[in-house]
Amino acid sequence: MPTYTAPLRDMRFVLYDLHGGGRLARLPGCEECTPEVIDAVLAEAARLCEEVLFPLNRAGDEEGCRLADGAVATPKGFREAYRLVREGGWTALACDPAFGGQGLPHAVKVLVDEMMCSANLAFALTPGLSFGAYAALYAHGSEALKARWLPPLVDGRWTGTMCLTEPHCGTDLGLLRTRAVPQGDGSYRVSGTKIFISAGEHDLAENIVHLVLARLPGAPTGVKGISLFLVPKLLVGEDGRPGARNGVSCGAIEHKMGLCASPTCLLNFDGAAGWLVGEPHKGLRAMFAMMNLERLAVGIQGLGLAEAAYRNAAAYARERLQGRAPSGAKCPDKPADPIIVHPDVRRMLLTQRAIVEGGRALAVWTALALDDHARHPDSDRRREAGDLAALLTPVAKALLTDLGFEAANLGMQVFGGHGYIRDHGMEHYVRDARVTQIYEGTNGIQALDLVGRKLPAHGGRLLRGFFHPVAAYLDATAENAVLAEFTRPLAKAFARLQQATAHIARAGLKNPDEAAAAAADYLHLFGLVALAYLWTRMAEIARTKAEDDGFHRAKIGTARFFMDRMLPRTAALSAAILAGGRSVTGFDEGDF
Amino acid sequence: MHIVVCIKQVPDSAQIRVHPVTNTIMRQGVPTIINPFDLFALEEALRLRDRFGGEVTVLTMGPPMAEDSLRKALTFGADRAVLLTDRCFAGSDTLATSYALAAAICKIGETWGVPDFVFTGKQTIDGDTAQVGPGIAKRLGLNQLTYVSRIVEVEPSSGRLLVQRRAEGGVQELESRLPALITMLEGTNDIRRGSLDDALRAARAEIVTWNAAAAGIADLSPCGLRGSPTVVKSVFAPKPRAEKAEQIATAGTAPDEVADAAVAEIFRRLPGLEAELLS
Repeated sequence: MPTYTAPLRDMRFVLYDLHGGGRLARLPGCEECTPEVIDAVLAEAARLCEEVLFPLNRAGDEEGCRLADGAVATPKGFREAYRLVREGGWTALACDPAFGGQGLPHAVKVLVDEMMCSANLAFALTPGLSFGAYAALYAHGSEALKARWLPPLVDGRWTGTMCLTEPHCGTDLGLLRTRAVPQGDGSYRVSGTKIFISAGEHDLAENIVHLVLARLPGAPTGVKGISLFLVPKLLVGEDGRPGARNGVSCGAIEHKMGLCASPTCLLNFDGAAGWLVGEPHKGLRAMFAMMNLERLAVGIQGLGLAEAAYRNAAAYARERLQGRAPSGAKCPDKPADPIIVHPDVRRMLLTQRAIVEGGRALAVWTALALDDHARHPDSDRRREAGDLAALLTPVAKALLTDLGFEAANLGMQVFGGHGYIRDHGMEHYVRDARVTQIYEGTNGIQALDLVGRKLPAHGGRLLRGFFHPVAAYLDATAENAVLAEFTRPLAKAFARLQQATAHIARAGLKNPDEAAAAAADYLHLFGLVALAYLWTRMAEIARTKAEDDGFHRAKIGTARFFMDRMLPRTAALSAAILAGGRSVTGFDEGDF
Repeated sequence: MHIVVCIKQVPDSAQIRVHPVTNTIMRQGVPTIINPFDLFALEEALRLRDRFGGEVTVLTMGPPMAEDSLRKALTFGADRAVLLTDRCFAGSDTLATSYALAAAICKIGETWGVPDFVFTGKQTIDGDTAQVGPGIAKRLGLNQLTYVSRIVEVEPSSGRLLVQRRAEGGVQELESRLPALITMLEGTNDIRRGSLDDALRAARAEIVTWNAAAAGIADLSPCGLRGSPTVVKSVFAPKPRAEKAEQIATAGTAPDEVADAAVAEIFRRLPGLEAELLS
């Protein structure tokens, strides 16, 4: 059986030492977020995840969800766990105090989210989607809608969903058919079928608030004719209590590769009462308010699973006695050496570790940009932070889920045959990790978002928010001989990224297919350079720390591994990008 | 109901190392925790408060950094925290510690109401003496109930109290009266998880910090090193007795045969036992 202990030490290192998270307390509305407060929050979140959520992970996967008579039963223990999460106030963590929230910054939320994802991703999806629904409603709902629907979403009495996908349209929402007809009293009747709705029906909370994309009568075709509606599972009376059933029903739940304990629902809306959120025909924009947060959240899912897989693989590699080290017995008094003596096993473990700790640094960086964007008193700083968050979001989503899956898969590999069978829980991480590369916009879509939207936006302004600090850092450390083992490869990879960026900008201008053909490789190139920048800075900080308890030594060691063994992937990526899209786009369709 | 819980910040013994030459504990870089036995006391106190109403005050004596443990206790739901810290307490043994804590509990009583209960863990994991709780009880004239495994009944109106305590070879059921000092046995309960609200409240809370004077301690002679008759003469690791395990020859490998051989060997070595048992 796997185990889970929250990596609080590394979380503190990333938040405070690397990103100067102590400054969060200087942001308006965050005055109380001192390191002491944040530490206390993280420590209690860790206990909740270790003691309540993690023990349900395996059993929940085995049992799965069941649909009977339109009602979904979640696995044994999930209701009680949700009650503890709710009563502990965890659903309110990053919500506005005006609606009962705790007002903590995103930088804290991503760390709590990571723990929940490591401990029990299938469980974590439900409160995660509630937060997404909260964010969209908070940003775009009328005051009356917010007053009625936000408090129960914040305190977790009710949960939320996002209903976008329909049987014939996923990525291309312009095709969607769900209709909303105005009733003259300010409400609408919503009809249509939505699929792949996580937590669309369940027994964890007394009501569910669906945010549904639909078309108004006579709406323009395509994405410019989509509006956002709030459609509750149960209608709510004047007293705020849920009562009669609305016209929403769960027709089926999906049988999936992973996340078996999370119900993925087909929802039928049959003239269900709903209310418009935001302006007519501007629904997609309103939905994107939550999509961006959700994309970062999905990146965190990949990270959380990678962390869980790494820790268990490292523990197993220390204990599993098998064969001898290639250079001769390391433990001659034992029947065999532990497999951690093998360079190839160490390569796998270090790859996982570099992904996890580098990924955590990237996630917290993105989250801090979101916090600055939302709260910083200086408007220039707010804009810059918003640029950085917009730029890093697709990278965080796709990179952390692609590498997260790689790490989960390596965890299984370290266990050998024992990883492939169910007993050790490693194949469970792999199965759960796989969908993170797909949902919330496939990683291919993230790459197109980066290359097609984020790079050209405002004449390349977003990109400067990343390129300038890296260039400035390389300048400032150019004479630092001790750091050269890190800054040299960083500078080399950064040059590759600049060259690839210029190539894509040029080629893409002439032929958008060229940019699209390079997009996925470009996103990975960008992401690896971002990780290299963060790893270099982490190594620099670790060197200045006096305590020699292994933590900082391991930090430097992992940074070295990343530079030596992972960053060279940028050479291949850059070569592939520069080779152009000819071989991809020119291949005759009939020959596939 | 007012309940005082005495806690101690201790190095996490799971992560402790002993200096190979001096045999002293190397505390550097070892994280500190609330003495695990004290958490059973705290949880029991919180349960009594939840049942009867009132307040739980946590008290610790230690360096300023012991504040961390108090905040942790507040996270679990304690209402108030008092840190007793003064250089004059340095080097206290159990006698001097119980003197200082008893004085602070008196002061707490004057300030927020005389406690009905004082709780401690059965002992600390770093000192392992189990003397401080009884020392406090004696000094304050509280009914002393040690190694309590279960609080069976409490009647706040009459002050009647019924507890079970672990004794050699069994469980004693004791009736007593409030006010009482209880040292709580391990494994009696599970400390609750703090809510996000409690974590935030604890992090923001003001810790009441008293030096000796503020705690109303006028006579400093029983404090600290001066007030501590215990002297550590030397510290050593006991030599392991490296005896080779003996083997007993058995007639066969069936469980019955192995058991027969073992019993026969025991009876051979302890003459008279067989007669005693089987007579």
